[in-house]
Amino acid sequence: MSRDNVYFAMGNEAITEGALAAGARFYAGYPITPSSEIAELSSIRLPQVGGMYVQMEDELGSIAAVIGASASGKKSYTATSGPGFSLMQENLGVAVMIEMPCVIINVQRHGPSTGMATKPAQGDVMQSRWGTHGDHGIIVLSPSTVQECYDLTIEAFNYSEKYRMPVVLLADEVVGHMREKYIRYEVPPEKLVNRKQPTCDSKNYKPFDFGAEPDGIAPLAVFGGKYRFNLSTTMHDEACESCIRPDNAEKFVRHFVDKIENNYDDIVLTREYQMDDAEVAILSFGCSVRSSLYAVRRLREKGIRAGVFQLITLWPFADRHVRELCRKVKAVVVPEMNLGQVLREVQRVNDAGIPVLGVNRVNGEIIHPDEIIACVSEVMA
Amino acid sequence: MKYTDYIKTEKFPTFFCAGCGNGVMLGAMARAFEALNLPLEKIVAVTGIGCWGKVEDYLKVSTLHGTHGRALAFATGVKLANPDLHVLAIMGDGDSITIGGNHFIHAARRNVDVTAIVVNNLNYGMTGGQYSGTTPETKKTSTSRYGHIEQGFDICKVAEAAGASYVARELIDNPIQLKNRIIEAMQNKGFSLVETISPCPTHFGRNNGMPSAVPLMHYIKENTVPIAKAKNMNEEELGGRFVTGRLRSVPREDYGTKYAQIIETAMNVKE
Repeated sequence: MSRDNVYFAMGNEAITEGALAAGARFYAGYPITPSSEIAELSSIRLPQVGGMYVQMEDELGSIAAVIGASASGKKSYTATSGPGFSLMQENLGVAVMIEMPCVIINVQRHGPSTGMATKPAQGDVMQSRWGTHGDHGIIVLSPSTVQECYDLTIEAFNYSEKYRMPVVLLADEVVGHMREKYIRYEVPPEKLVNRKQPTCDSKNYKPFDFGAEPDGIAPLAVFGGKYRFNLSTTMHDEACESCIRPDNAEKFVRHFVDKIENNYDDIVLTREYQMDDAEVAILSFGCSVRSSLYAVRRLREKGIRAGVFQLITLWPFADRHVRELCRKVKAVVVPEMNLGQVLREVQRVNDAGIPVLGVNRVNGEIIHPDEIIACVSEVMA
Repeated sequence: MKYTDYIKTEKFPTFFCAGCGNGVMLGAMARAFEALNLPLEKIVAVTGIGCWGKVEDYLKVSTLHGTHGRALAFATGVKLANPDLHVLAIMGDGDSITIGGNHFIHAARRNVDVTAIVVNNLNYGMTGGQYSGTTPETKKTSTSRYGHIEQGFDICKVAEAAGASYVARELIDNPIQLKNRIIEAMQNKGFSLVETISPCPTHFGRNNGMPSAVPLMHYIKENTVPIAKAKNMNEEELGGRFVTGRLRSVPREDYGTKYAQIIETAMNVKE
């Protein structure tokens, strides 16, 4: 590894560079704290690689332009924070419905509403899963380090291209703004996913014929190529003709969910720290992983065998992993900067019936390791 | 290519009501495509929601049916990511200037090379004839039973004020001129608008004592003035009537062309 590839940078920079490394060449967005550095850097970096930055009039337009550009064949992304993410929800559903790859970065800040614009939170976990109306599946990844900001942005684009869907990178103000070392690398072509292209005769192309594909994902042509095709937010059939037949609607809505659930093993990413001999797991994600890691070090000094179980993929939820985890340890503690959004998911799969406790903060301050230590010590006493 | 090659005639009759102007506008668009000899796969029609926003059901070109009011934002992405495409944003008065007003003024200001084709029927047809941002004051709709108390937008004036480089309005009883304006708009490199004011006898007409296309068309004609005549009239004489014709044609460099220069500059800058 050449020293030239080692950077000391903030998470938002690493996200931008990750997007470029993944092959993204179009950004449309509306600046908002604490994500604005992604807009600023994208406006500088994209044209350097022949890409394009456009600052839209609002977040509704931003995600719409991103979806439009992706339909024209450019890997596209936008970055925002809570209030903007709320505005994007309707058109996030468009990307679900027309199965259009794109990446939405949400650098979470305190809420609800304007909240505390410069303060961190992790309150958009459920919004990222259920924010847009109607049943659907979604992939949400959450970085806890600057390196993960780079790595997971690349993963986000790969998943979005592979499964033809929007992917949310759910960062937070802490990770977005802190500076630490990260290594920038070029992604080898074989590790870079590009949406599957149709090969059929142009007359026979059906943009939503997922059933005809072994992997259940229909090839997606680009506007302006040899294929002429339709994309519609209205319920459609395989050829994208409007279709409100009950069996058709049932098939498509289930497809939007199944294409995620059926690929659990490929999509659900987790990371374990000192879990081999752990009696108690601290299950966390994003910036709260950092407090958790420090807590584990101190707990081990006190003789408590604790480990960190990090959710990298927040959605689909790591049901199987966490169910297994609950069978293995005596207790799970879930630190998160919200009032229990991931905690409830852990409780849902806790078939073993072990104690599952939350450590929660909604005051705009990162969770202090002492709070985690106190909670673990109490439950293990 | 014949104009019928751009339309799914096998789906006729359209779902539009008797007396609606949407079919005329669809025909004018297809005839413009024929005149410009455009290949089907090089045209992308972006629509929103509404009666006119369902017209992509009848178009053989590539289409993107988006969300209410956002057609121009989707179209912005489609066009900027592939400058070789002919991109149309097909919108009603709801999509273009009411729920989508913010995108409309900024697309005009930004001067993205997209052609907006607006059918303004002075109310929300699809949802049952409620008032829109263009419903004239005093008119009755299903949500202004006592008479509308807001002033309606003149869409072309908004576009001109926002910086659109091509703006035209023609009525649907003049389909040849409509076709010609669409050709001019598509040839103009930059944001272009062609608006028509279209009868909606089912809702706007019925709610205002004009339950068929003929009296409604008379009403629309009484409230429009051709530009040649309007030039010699003052604001008071115009009395808020709509002006028809080529209202503005002042080409200016479009966003995509300017951005290509940005890329050239940026590529020579070291990171």
